[in-house]
Amino acid sequence: MEELYRHFAITYPKFYKMDNLSKLGFLASEVLLSDLPQIKNYRPEEVGVVLSNANSSLDTDIRFYQTVDQLASPALFVYTLPNIVIGEICIRNHFNGENAFFVSEKFDPVLIEQYVNNLINNNILQSCICGWVDYLAPRYEAVLYFVTKESSNPEQELVFNLENIKKIYKEAHE
Amino acid sequence: MNKLMANLKRQIIAQLNLKDLKPEDIGDDQPLFVEGLGLDSIDALELIVLLQQEYKIKLSNAEEGPRVFYSVKTIAEYITAHQDQKV
Repeated sequence: MEELYRHFAITYPKFYKMDNLSKLGFLASEVLLSDLPQIKNYRPEEVGVVLSNANSSLDTDIRFYQTVDQLASPALFVYTLPNIVIGEICIRNHFNGENAFFVSEKFDPVLIEQYVNNLINNNILQSCICGWVDYLAPRYEAVLYFVTKESSNPEQELVFNLENIKKIYKEAHE
Repeated sequence: MNKLMANLKRQIIAQLNLKDLKPEDIGDDQPLFVEGLGLDSIDALELIVLLQQEYKIKLSNAEEGPRVFYSVKTIAEYITAHQDQKV
């Protein structure tokens, strides 16, 4: 991941302090947002982040547990929650909108579709970064997409519905 | 004292994952927090761990933290004073 960080010439020293899950989500969000100049049209509180995974923060939980016998590492401890990756993305991009991190054994498109549509249809959010960010060494997966209330390019964009969420997730795994 | 400060700079970079910094980038008197290196409260806890792990010194009074961890030089002075006390 550090090679990817250098490849994209990102300058964000805090990256090196992040745990693996946060590094993965951070890099995925950098790639996604590099292609989304329209994100700047939204106020900070209009942009949310809703992510999910299967292994929560287990990769870091294990690393932290290994330090407990001697001196527990504070820098590892702060990453022993999966939603910290959302915090890192929000701090980097100054997003202040609603956020949530769900943990389920398998990707749950029904939950994501209902939850995010509820936020957008009730004007809690105007846009949302959604996806699956999972890390448990040596395996990792990241699939992110951007959902907006108003479409700026209907011919090029997918409708946010169950079928398309499944399609995005499936294509990412092929 | 110079050798201790050089060691401290290497240890701070390793302990705090400051991979884009080299020891020579850190001034002896440069503030470590906020306007200086920009370290945060979690870094302060990691510095306490570093003192304990590498120098077997426990910071007995938390209120001393800002003064002790102001710069590499103040940390080195604290270590020197407390290692002298041990002898």
